[in-house]
Amino acid sequence: MVLNMGPQHPSTHGVLRIVLELDGETVVKARPEIGYLHTGIEKSCEALTYSQAITLTDRLDYLSPLSNNLGYCLAVEKLLGLTIPKRAQYIRVLLTELTRLASHLVWVGTHAMDLGATSVMLYCFREREEILKIFEMVSGQRMMTSYFRIGGLALEPPPGWLDRVNRFMDIFPSRIEEYEELLTANRIWKSRTVGIGYLDPRDAVALGVSGPTLRAAGVAYDVRKFFPYSSYEEFEFTVPTRMESDCYARYLVRVAEMRESIKIVRQAMAKAPAEGPIKADAPGIVPPDREKMKTEMEALIYHFKIFTEGFAPPAGEVYQRIESPRGELGFFVASDGTPHPYRVKVRAPSFVNLQALPKLAEGRLVADLVACIGTIDIVLGEVDR
Amino acid sequence: MEERRAGLDPPTGTRGPPFVIEPDDLGNNPILQRLRAWDPTAAAETLSFRGELTLVLTPSRFRQTAEFLQGEPGLQFDFLSDISVVDRFPMEPRFELNYHLVSIPNRHTLHLRVSVSSGRDPEIETVTPIWPTADWHEREIFDLFGVRFLGHPDLRRILMPEDWEGHPLRKDYPVEGFR
Repeated sequence: MVLNMGPQHPSTHGVLRIVLELDGETVVKARPEIGYLHTGIEKSCEALTYSQAITLTDRLDYLSPLSNNLGYCLAVEKLLGLTIPKRAQYIRVLLTELTRLASHLVWVGTHAMDLGATSVMLYCFREREEILKIFEMVSGQRMMTSYFRIGGLALEPPPGWLDRVNRFMDIFPSRIEEYEELLTANRIWKSRTVGIGYLDPRDAVALGVSGPTLRAAGVAYDVRKFFPYSSYEEFEFTVPTRMESDCYARYLVRVAEMRESIKIVRQAMAKAPAEGPIKADAPGIVPPDREKMKTEMEALIYHFKIFTEGFAPPAGEVYQRIESPRGELGFFVASDGTPHPYRVKVRAPSFVNLQALPKLAEGRLVADLVACIGTIDIVLGEVDR
Repeated sequence: MEERRAGLDPPTGTRGPPFVIEPDDLGNNPILQRLRAWDPTAAAETLSFRGELTLVLTPSRFRQTAEFLQGEPGLQFDFLSDISVVDRFPMEPRFELNYHLVSIPNRHTLHLRVSVSSGRDPEIETVTPIWPTADWHEREIFDLFGVRFLGHPDLRRILMPEDWEGHPLRKDYPVEGFR
């Protein structure tokens, strides 16, 4: 029997359609059909200036906007050959790790809800709200932050924001214990996830799977360690891996990753100086301070030029990869020497990871398919772009 | 014309690829050394920009070189991150395909570039047997740019509806769509 699952189905996390070939309740063949959320972000970028395109990157993976901002900004900065002040780099690391926490919290919550543990979701969203409040405090927006700009950060963070992060970091480890108490040893949770959705490590690498899904298969590929960006090489953290490569292992890896992120956030808070520049010294690319614009003619001219015609990086192509909460996020930016990107290509981790779904789900029950969709952690905004 | 060419020709006796853009540090690059030991003419050109090494390949040698890079011990580019296309309309060859590779055992990265001219049906050999992840990437390129991949197991549109006309990410495709 051939059955359509989705595109409107609560456990497909958006508008994913899966064409299922069933034998009784066993999945013989699962074929994901995507494209229902195709918004043409890559094409739209070509019509905008380099700075304007940042706002579109927020909307790719709407659960981790700051990771997308970072990936795009790093790509353009690489194209320009800009170096960013250390303070801005540490703040970027701090905020992207908070993004990772927020994204993993949504994942734990929704995945548990898919499998019937509704209350976990409420706990997770409680903590996520705290993180979103920090984002709001810093950037003025809860979700579509656009806080990282080419050359640094958009604004000086408000006074007292580190206290807020500190307070959150003090309570958060105990909250992770809470989720673990609800799930890790839970018999129903284990029977729904242990041994379900096995992915062979060789298949995982061949299929380009990255992020926690790959690390749960025992391959310790983490872009933060392999090709450090934004000063990640100065931070001490481990890359959690598991060998079982099932849904339960992926859950454990993500929980362990949350603990590592806390370590990184604490280190970033200790490292980042309280004062200092947050933008690179690059007139003509980075908008000048308000204060300067009122006293210096050049600053006013630069401001006008940046916001009317933008800036033109040298012609060339770069590819920048970062570790987003879902895996390797890559931005390919091609410039032809004009103020508009000639081509922006996004390597969306969800898009590639979703390719592995048939490998995970075929030969298993329909109920396990729900666990498999949840476990690879897709965001359809990023899959379809 | 003849005189100007004479100065650019490589010295007789060394049969290297013509017109190599090669900064000093590239000569010692272990990936390039390995590749040249295998076949000195494999890469038509070597580019280095912002610390990224790109090998420009010809369509005829592309598949063979890709197989070598994936299988050779010491190189083992086992992880294909992405394939991105740049449409150079109206220049020829029109489509530039960029393959972004990672070697997980060796912590190397490499970029391959191969150009496909438009013609009636731009075509290039598939790499799905080498890197199965290319399946969806190639379908996306077929969908958005109209490049056909020879030997692809299931070349259908992926993002756009099946009955869509045209390839929306081409440079000559109007942003508002055809009216």
